[in-house]
Amino acid sequence: MPPCGDRGRPRIEQVKPAPFVHHAPTTVAEAVEVLRAVGSHGKILAGGQSLIPILSMRLASPEHLIDINGVAGLDRIEVRDDCVRVGALVRHTQLLQDESAYAALPLLRQALVHVAHPAIRNRGTTVGSLAHADAAGELPSVLALTEGVVEAVGPRGSRDIPASAFFVGPLETALAADELAVAVRFGRFPEGTRTGFAESARRSGDYALAGVALAITLQDKVIRSARASFVSVTDVPDVLDLSGAIGSYAAVPDLDAVADAVRAHVSPDTDIHATGDYRRMLVAELTRRLVTELLSR
Amino acid sequence: MTGPDVPEPLHEVTVSVNGVRHTATVPARRLLSDFLRHDLALTGTHVGCEHGVCGACTILVDGAPMRSCLMFAVQARAHELTTVEGLGTIDAMGPVQQAFSECHGLQCGFCTPGFITTITAYLEENPDPTAEEARDAISGNLCRCTGYQNIVKSVLRAAEIRASADLGAPPLIDADARAGEAPP
Repeated sequence: MPPCGDRGRPRIEQVKPAPFVHHAPTTVAEAVEVLRAVGSHGKILAGGQSLIPILSMRLASPEHLIDINGVAGLDRIEVRDDCVRVGALVRHTQLLQDESAYAALPLLRQALVHVAHPAIRNRGTTVGSLAHADAAGELPSVLALTEGVVEAVGPRGSRDIPASAFFVGPLETALAADELAVAVRFGRFPEGTRTGFAESARRSGDYALAGVALAITLQDKVIRSARASFVSVTDVPDVLDLSGAIGSYAAVPDLDAVADAVRAHVSPDTDIHATGDYRRMLVAELTRRLVTELLSR
Repeated sequence: MTGPDVPEPLHEVTVSVNGVRHTATVPARRLLSDFLRHDLALTGTHVGCEHGVCGACTILVDGAPMRSCLMFAVQARAHELTTVEGLGTIDAMGPVQQAFSECHGLQCGFCTPGFITTITAYLEENPDPTAEEARDAISGNLCRCTGYQNIVKSVLRAAEIRASADLGAPPLIDADARAGEAPP
């Protein structure tokens, strides 16, 4: 039998990500220049917690990886009057632990605790999760519900892409192949808004079978608005306005009408983990409980 | 072994692992987990699923647990890496290793390096967890032998050992003295 080292060699050359050229720009301008040159043959590598599994399984084999981990200035969290701005290299853990971001927009932490496990959150980036645009991801629903904006930079300059136009389909965004998402701005809610996030997964940290992000704005004890966005049960994370269904009085929300509206809105698929019907029932129940929780705070 | 036409470009990668600098020349696609095991011969880090689910390959990057199968070696250059080899030896086990030994926190041992690194980092930030918190702390690591009960006990025992030890110095356990003790 050949020694272990020799036996191991072929496997680590073959059953692994396909060869790629590793680019390590140190500025946004350099990154954009590489993107311009390689176009659709390139892929941005930030945290890599979704991308590297895809490469390892050879579901994708881009010829160029533009590794932005060395780009200066992308790791900042900035709380503004109307938004929380998160740079492309902010790790989930960094945002989750940021007290000023939590004070400005509690929904961020409420959702981030559901993102995978700490070891993944320590490396994975919030903006990368949005650029990946997995319908089972938590952050897309948060961007949608906060009416957030993605800041993209490409060879033709900078542009803001609102959440409503950003998510095109599952794993598909409005970012062009040569554009880099340098930051996102999560919008802040008006005063009197209570938010929450709930999801259900087979195992802690797994992809959710269904999830919901909810924002209810109260003035005195009157409900001014109630809006929700969803995880794993819609193709793209759009926003459902529940203001009509929920009624006006915080003391007596119409939970049945809320559940009906949610069931009518979502379009979950059946897969090996759960049927579409089960997910529809589940997300309606999660929403109903979250409404009760938010209004009883 | 590489592509038929162009040889794959190689990168000289120097990393610091457990305080020791190592250098190897590898292609950009070399996963950090494979770099540690194959190129540096540090086989304490185990490789399970290779897509970030099982947690066996978890190492500490600047003290924070991360999946070494979800990083490339070329990305590890600026960081201080800690693997299970850096958390104790057979003669001087770290508190988490000692707890696993005392509480039968492992059977086949394949998943253990990932648990040791994960729990070590967890206890740094949460030195006195409840059983429920301990269970949550290990929820990103899969074990197919133990049913987790004894791993949860190990987390709690490790917290006790840490609390009783002088946290400034690495705990030194006298293996001969321990050999006579009955298991808890």
